[in-house]
Amino acid sequence: MTASVELRGVSMDFDKYRAVDNVSVKINPGEFFSFLGPSGCGKTTILRMVSGFIEPTEGQVLISEKDMRGIGPNKRPTAMIFQNLALFPLMNVWENISFGLEVRGASKLERRKKADELLELVELPGVADRFPSQLSGGQRQRVAIARALAVEPKVMLLDEPLSALDLKLRQHMRSELRAIQKRTQVTFIYITHDQGEALAMSDRVAVMSRGLIQQVDVPQNIYNKPANGFVAGFVGENNVFDGALTEGGKFSTDVGAFAVTKGFGVSRTARCKLYVRPENVLLVTKPKSGSNAVAAHVEDISFEGNFAVVHLRDKTGRKLSVEMRNDPAHLPPGIGASTHVVFAAENARVLLASDIAAYGKA
Amino acid sequence: MKEMLRRYGFSLSTVAVLLTAFWLLTLVILPYLHLFLESFRPYLIVKEIGGVKDVFTFENYLSIIRNPTWTPREVFGFQFSTPMTIHLWVFLLTIFFSCIATFVAVATCYPMAYFMAKILPPKSLAVYWMILIIPLWVSELMRAFAWFILLTFKGPLTVILIDVGLLSDGVRWTWYLWGYSGVVLALVYVYILFMLFPIYNSMTSLDMNQVEAARDLGSPSWRTHLRVVLPHCKPGIASGCVMVFMLSVGSLLVPGYLNSPSSQWFTEVIYARMFEQNDWNGGAAYAFLMVFACMIFVTLAMRVFRVGLADIAK
Repeated sequence: MTASVELRGVSMDFDKYRAVDNVSVKINPGEFFSFLGPSGCGKTTILRMVSGFIEPTEGQVLISEKDMRGIGPNKRPTAMIFQNLALFPLMNVWENISFGLEVRGASKLERRKKADELLELVELPGVADRFPSQLSGGQRQRVAIARALAVEPKVMLLDEPLSALDLKLRQHMRSELRAIQKRTQVTFIYITHDQGEALAMSDRVAVMSRGLIQQVDVPQNIYNKPANGFVAGFVGENNVFDGALTEGGKFSTDVGAFAVTKGFGVSRTARCKLYVRPENVLLVTKPKSGSNAVAAHVEDISFEGNFAVVHLRDKTGRKLSVEMRNDPAHLPPGIGASTHVVFAAENARVLLASDIAAYGKA
Repeated sequence: MKEMLRRYGFSLSTVAVLLTAFWLLTLVILPYLHLFLESFRPYLIVKEIGGVKDVFTFENYLSIIRNPTWTPREVFGFQFSTPMTIHLWVFLLTIFFSCIATFVAVATCYPMAYFMAKILPPKSLAVYWMILIIPLWVSELMRAFAWFILLTFKGPLTVILIDVGLLSDGVRWTWYLWGYSGVVLALVYVYILFMLFPIYNSMTSLDMNQVEAARDLGSPSWRTHLRVVLPHCKPGIASGCVMVFMLSVGSLLVPGYLNSPSSQWFTEVIYARMFEQNDWNGGAAYAFLMVFACMIFVTLAMRVFRVGLADIAK
């Protein structure tokens, strides 16, 4: 029971405000697909278009290759998990879970049996007769998942369902959700502004900004090969240098010219920036000549346990940061020490600074 | 109490407490207590008051079932004969048609409240409320009288309907429902906001995600209302029902204007006993019968809707 979901040139306007702008993406059957972006980027609008609560102004939404225009949310093979879960407070847990079956005219015995089965699936047995208000946040979460699964949807739509949980529970529910998805083989479309969530759970991620898809790729590529400055900045930390490409293919900045890797659409005339991840940077007292090195002094060190973040400043006053794995044999330099920030050309990416220029491969 | 003294000082607190006590005692408790006691005493000529005949008795209450006559009645075409006093019959009809008025008010206000609380854009809500509230500025007397004029035989309503060709002759609008159609219609009109406000209030606190969730799970709109929206609004509906029922049962103006020749309201019986026969004892007993009926109705309503007194008071 799974289905593909395709958006073909989908746009959505609200009173002259374009929430989603010409989005095309194909989500494969059985895939865990995330839309990642800041609030207001249009990701929830996309979810509501797939579920059928709103119809796109332009373009098509296809589920299993079938155009969904004119088909209401109660007729689509989708089930949604709402941000606030929207459990029915006046029904107990098993009535909540089996509401979709009640609609389809199943007998009470049948519904009760299915509810117990689903509670088993989400590892929450024995709470069938309780009310949602008597459950903890994580338990309510599972009930909401069970309720959505009860109607045997081909596509599951999740609107930041973990955002209300505390950190520990959130991390636990991530793997839980992933496991349920693998078990049921239902296509999951997940909406989140939490990059960690998107990267950890998804088969593929679409990064969105201002109604546009910036990049669609597997999590590793989103992080390691961001399509543009927006993606690099939204997903993970960066050391950013302004500057321009030289004729020799180097990137010249106010602290020197560096050998770099060029990203999508980068040219000498385009407005670009250089992005280097803090974990791809080494601190070296005497760098080899010819390597990418920036002289800097250590301003602060925050020790996080398994790693430490060293905050530095170069001579122009630019803030730089370096992430070092915790290693008692190689402690970070002391505060105030002068050192060099060194990075390899393959880790130094020149990307389009603007977040609307690039469009990744779908 | 301590908090109040600290805040307002001794003198202001005393004044406030005394005023409240005066209001409660002399304007509410004492008059009711007096009437309640009077309802257990026989109606006597002045000379005999305090004499040997002035004893406590239930006769005033029992008079509603004393000397019943076998009267042929017809209900929905079903003919039967019951031993019943005319007062008891009027009492039962009053309760019954107050229930009908309450039901009509619920059926009208529920969709209205849903529309106003959940569908109407907030911008136009103020206008909508104004349209509903402005008639309330006019006295109940005038509003009942307006319906009296509208519904008269060959009155404005009939004339308009004849003009547009929907009717060919005058209609006695108040003669339907065993002669209670006009009363029910006007009661609903006069007291509808007492139903709308509480339902609207409970409707505003409904999370629309729940409605969407139900829809997403395949629920048609009637089932969503039955299983999600209606249960959520139960306290509001119960509260509205209690208000409208009580006001309807106790209304004197509306039936006064809109009765048909074959109908009477129980308040009119009480009024006649008190002010035409000067029998305050009997009138008081009937009035308390009505109060007891209302109490039973409230209790039943709370049972049926499974809500507590605190929910209704909200």
